[in-house]
Amino acid sequence: MRSDPAGLFAGFKSRAEAVSAEVRRFATRTEALGFVLSFLREEGVADAPDCFAVWADCPFLRRCDRAALGREVPGLRFDVTPETAAAARVGISQMEWAAARTGTLVEDATRVEQRLVSSLPPIHVALIPTSGLVDDLAAAFGRVDPRRAAFLAAITGPSRTADIERVLTIGVHGPRRLIVVFIDDLEGAPA
Amino acid sequence: MRDEFAGSLARALANPNLTGALTRFSETYRISRAQAYEGIDFAALRRQIAGIKGQAAGRLPELAARFRENAEALGAQVFLATNPQQAREYVLAVARRGGVRKVVKSKSMASEELHLNPFLEQAGLEVTETDLGEWIIQLAGQRPSHMVLPAIHLTREEVADLFRQEAGERLSSDIPRLVATARARLRQRFLNADLGITGANVAVAETGSLVLVTNEGNARLVATLPRIHLAIVGLEKLVGQFEEIYPILTALPRSATSQLLTSYVSVISGAAQNSDGSPKELHIVLLDNRRTEMAADPQFRTALQCIRCASCLNVCPVYRLVGGHVFGKVYTGGIGVILTAWFDALKQAGDIQSLCIQCGQCVEFCPAEIPIPDLILELRRRLTEQTPPPLVERAIFQVVNQRRLFHGLLRAASLAQKPVAKDGFIRHLPWFLSNLTDGRSLPAIAKEPFRDVFPRLAQRPGREKAALYAGCLIDFVYPETGAAMVKVLNHAGLEAVFPEGQTCCGAPARSSGADAVAAQNAIDNIEALLEPEVRYIVSGCPTCTVALQRAFRHVLEQTGRHDWLGRAAEVAAKTVDFSTLASRLAAEGRLEFPPGAAAGSPVTYHDSCHLKRTLHAEGPPREMLRQSGHELVEMYEADSCCGMGGSYLAKHPEISKAILARKLAHLEAAGTGRVATDCPGCVLQMRGGLDQRQANIQVKHTAEWLAKSLDVDKDG
Repeated sequence: MRSDPAGLFAGFKSRAEAVSAEVRRFATRTEALGFVLSFLREEGVADAPDCFAVWADCPFLRRCDRAALGREVPGLRFDVTPETAAAARVGISQMEWAAARTGTLVEDATRVEQRLVSSLPPIHVALIPTSGLVDDLAAAFGRVDPRRAAFLAAITGPSRTADIERVLTIGVHGPRRLIVVFIDDLEGAPA
Repeated sequence: MRDEFAGSLARALANPNLTGALTRFSETYRISRAQAYEGIDFAALRRQIAGIKGQAAGRLPELAARFRENAEALGAQVFLATNPQQAREYVLAVARRGGVRKVVKSKSMASEELHLNPFLEQAGLEVTETDLGEWIIQLAGQRPSHMVLPAIHLTREEVADLFRQEAGERLSSDIPRLVATARARLRQRFLNADLGITGANVAVAETGSLVLVTNEGNARLVATLPRIHLAIVGLEKLVGQFEEIYPILTALPRSATSQLLTSYVSVISGAAQNSDGSPKELHIVLLDNRRTEMAADPQFRTALQCIRCASCLNVCPVYRLVGGHVFGKVYTGGIGVILTAWFDALKQAGDIQSLCIQCGQCVEFCPAEIPIPDLILELRRRLTEQTPPPLVERAIFQVVNQRRLFHGLLRAASLAQKPVAKDGFIRHLPWFLSNLTDGRSLPAIAKEPFRDVFPRLAQRPGREKAALYAGCLIDFVYPETGAAMVKVLNHAGLEAVFPEGQTCCGAPARSSGADAVAAQNAIDNIEALLEPEVRYIVSGCPTCTVALQRAFRHVLEQTGRHDWLGRAAEVAAKTVDFSTLASRLAAEGRLEFPPGAAAGSPVTYHDSCHLKRTLHAEGPPREMLRQSGHELVEMYEADSCCGMGGSYLAKHPEISKAILARKLAHLEAAGTGRVATDCPGCVLQMRGGLDQRQANIQVKHTAEWLAKSLDVDKDG
């Protein structure tokens, strides 16, 4: 496939699913948007505390009509603060790279909104251009100079703990669900 | 002090929740860790990490200066704290200046080293640990018992009790419910805090970056939500280049939690913005606390290579019985002993260092190639220099150092034990030694030592000669093992000689830190063993073999007896353990067993610690047992220690007994009725335990099983 010439998607999917992430893939932005909106409705996103969805500014969103999206799913907000994110059921952000070998998403999360939507709500929807697939973490981090990115974040599956009797439990301080949405026609970061 | 330690040890051994949880973990850990490392060359990876961290340890001041320069250029404020007090005061000053009242923390061992929480609380701040395990420990008012799993010693019921007191409501002990409670309770603390304190797993000098590795996601929140972020970083976390983080990120999650990667890896390089658009106030405290001094010590520098994965705890046969509240202080387990001796005080490691049984399991698993048991031995030596051992111990070594007196006493003991020895075992000892025979019978001292038996053994003259080095156990307790060795070697055309002047190999003295005694033992033996013209010096005891091959030179160097090093090297070059020599002779076609020998009878093999992990000779005895006509059946954890550990059995008889009980269960489960091992100490320990269980299992030295197979020849 053009957007995944190295065929890394399958590897990413199996690794990410092995650590409890959910992985979807769409050919177009339109299909992906349709999925995201219906997902928000299914999850009961509404204009009430603890029911919001927060969507951090990103290249995908810049091509959408935010007011129209807000009308379609009441409770979907684009003003990301610690307070709105903490009261949200779903957080949405765009990531830049996906490391196939470990099922890891990587982003320059210097803008604090990026971290708030992926840390505080119980569900995180991560949009990612399929062309952002790389082999491993080193290849992903290698695309950025850490001196120009105050906060580089790598996310592998949802938040987890085994601190009580070593029983694996998903969703401690971060999300208990991570939904990774690959989009083939979404433009990636310049290589 | 001693009584307090003995008390905590006894309580730990009697706590089934603790030993159960730790033992189950140690068993599953090996399997899941191996899966996580699939497709990775662990030997190459750890060589790389040892290289990176070892190099960094050699230039800590330079890396600290570069880190500071680069991090400050990106808006961070870096403070180099020489000692814990300076570090604590800096943290408090930052808090005071920032008008901080509430602090949230993610896991940081360095902050625990500082005893930071009580200090900040005394100053009127509210401090909350947010890592789930650490929060549980904070609520319980305890200290972590494991470096990665701080609350592994607590049950879900105990956690539910703690949460009930904190939340003021009744809670079920359902784990997902408990985790949800922690999420809800801590969420407000994150949002209300003014200061977030983290540690760091790696600090990169080239880019001024901090790397944080977590699973819960709390470190991201601690570093993101409060307006001030302060990271406390031990100097040993520094590496030079950014790409040097990758080997560490490959090994740390695999070794610590059997994951390919943790849920979150965050790289923080300078100050980002807060959510209100203000710049984040970022402070980084680089903590020395004797780390540069440690880096200047050629032996202990390697301990700075540690990446805090805690695998040395997870595979330690002692840790899994007693846990980190006994085996460690702030830092726990084998590496914890070493770090305590430096970061706290050498004396503080006095009791806990004695817990190391020197089995070497941790060395096999350490992703940073730290020779933990050797370093503990060196601590023992330095402690002995500071505080001489008790009179009785010194008296014993005085005796061991005078061969004739020592051997005379052993002969006398053979007679004196008569009233208590029965069927070759001592089952009861006088009351002050009674815990030695609780759960284990001690062997009776042989009526006639091997040195007296040897001249009567029939041998065919051979072109080549081998000097037998018997060691105390074969000489005075198991002369039949020595006779079996002679028989096998002579069958292969070697003529055995027994140099009379040989004496104790010095291992007991060395493992008690008495190097001067061990050095004299080495010299006496070198003189005796180099006297005859022999091709080999062969020993049936792996501990003795290690002494002859390596420890003689080490101990002579340590004590300044350089004039003996050349001859020690000659001894080392000729020395070989019995099974390795036998397999060499077999490969040369000189040692063959009659067809039908042993008739395929099943035998299981117990790896002695020194043969497998110091001499790396686990293959030859197995191969020889097969060649001698046995079916080899592997037992579970064949290479886990039997609990003998030389003088360990006398120092910590209760632990030794508990380790032995586990080994015996595995011997029984193998169902062979026959056990082979290459170490007379292991024979002593296992036979003694089986005798008290009255189990019908024969434990013999490999040499004896091989000699028996040769007998078939004679019998037809």
